[in-house]
Amino acid sequence: MDFGQAYSPDNLRFLMEGLGMTLRLAFVAIILSFIVGCLLGVIRYAKMPVASKLIGLLVETIRNLPLLLLIFFARFGLPELGIKLSPFWAAIVALSVFEAAMISEIVRSGLKSVEKGTIEAARASGLTYIQTLRHIVLPIGLRRMVPPIVSQFISLLKDTSLAVIVSLAELTHNANIVMGQDIAIVLPTLMLVAAIYFTVNYVLSIIARRLESRPT
Amino acid sequence: MIDITVLTDHWDSYMIGLRNTLFASLMALAGSFVLGTIIAVFRISPIAALQVFGTAYVELFRNIPLLLVVYMFFLGLPAIGIALDGFVSGTLGLMVYTSAFIAEAIRAGIMAVPQGQTEAARSSGLTYMGTMRYVVLPQAVKIVVPPITNQFLNLVKNSSILGVVAGLDLMYYGDLVNAETYNTVDTYVFVALFYLIMTLPLAYASRLLERRLARSG
Repeated sequence: MDFGQAYSPDNLRFLMEGLGMTLRLAFVAIILSFIVGCLLGVIRYAKMPVASKLIGLLVETIRNLPLLLLIFFARFGLPELGIKLSPFWAAIVALSVFEAAMISEIVRSGLKSVEKGTIEAARASGLTYIQTLRHIVLPIGLRRMVPPIVSQFISLLKDTSLAVIVSLAELTHNANIVMGQDIAIVLPTLMLVAAIYFTVNYVLSIIARRLESRPT
Repeated sequence: MIDITVLTDHWDSYMIGLRNTLFASLMALAGSFVLGTIIAVFRISPIAALQVFGTAYVELFRNIPLLLVVYMFFLGLPAIGIALDGFVSGTLGLMVYTSAFIAEAIRAGIMAVPQGQTEAARSSGLTYMGTMRYVVLPQAVKIVVPPITNQFLNLVKNSSILGVVAGLDLMYYGDLVNAETYNTVDTYVFVALFYLIMTLPLAYASRLLERRLARSG
């Protein structure tokens, strides 16, 4: 094991560039999947005719497919259908679609967890359906959704490593290239990369836990 | 339109891939259940060293990507002289990774049984093992079954990681069919269908169990 060679300035810089790409990928995908996921979740909760059923079917299909397949499909399948995406955007599209499906489920069950009595009381006190949704169901439901959504974001950050298959220069991909230099630096590099992922995610999970333990 | 010959002409490839995916999933499933149970027991044991080890294990593997865990077996072990092929290292990685999530599910289930019950059982004269066996575990199992079913569903989906390390699974064979047919869309639509055949029943079972257990209290 050669730690000196593994952690040479050049290698470290290259890995940090990879981390930058990983964070960029995760950030864009988190924003997109959150917006789309919330929208889909609310539509399904509100039981809008046809739309709810269709979205339900779509969400169910996507949730039960491997993300790897979606990334691959976005990069190599979509061009056959006339949609050409760079590796970065192929990864973004696949990650966002996949995580949005997951988040929509979290949002839907979060909203559903708001007690019937609370909703009935709001309605009986004269609030309209939309007002009830906006002032009662969403605030209560959203607070309950925070911990699972943060967990989902941790998953997303880990999942960005799957962009390896479209040769996007994120952390795992760059680590792979560094490890190719010499067998003596494989283990030190793996350890360092594991430590980087761990640190980023652990900080996120501590935030999630703190939010979870906060009284709601 | 979907070209069915992609499936019919390469039926054997799809079937070998499907069989290997199932095989890897079942092995990883059995392994991660055993390993996850052991880690969960470590985490709730009164011995501090075991607790620390259990917690470190769970936190480590829950916070790094599965691909990296697979790389540890696929690239890391050869670096110290142990050569493993893609299938074995993929399956081992899958097992180690999933066991952390299963350990958490089991621990959460056991913790969900109210402390008062344990104390009541102990004070009524049951031993620690007796309390676990007759009071805590029967209740914990009910709580734990739906999340564990869910983890198995994730495991089947995650087994596609074998494709990245030439693990001869469904994803990998999809790649081969794709290289022969130049028809990515149809090739992967069929790959997707085979994954859904495996995952949808698990998703359904998990939801059914959750609902049934919620009703029985």
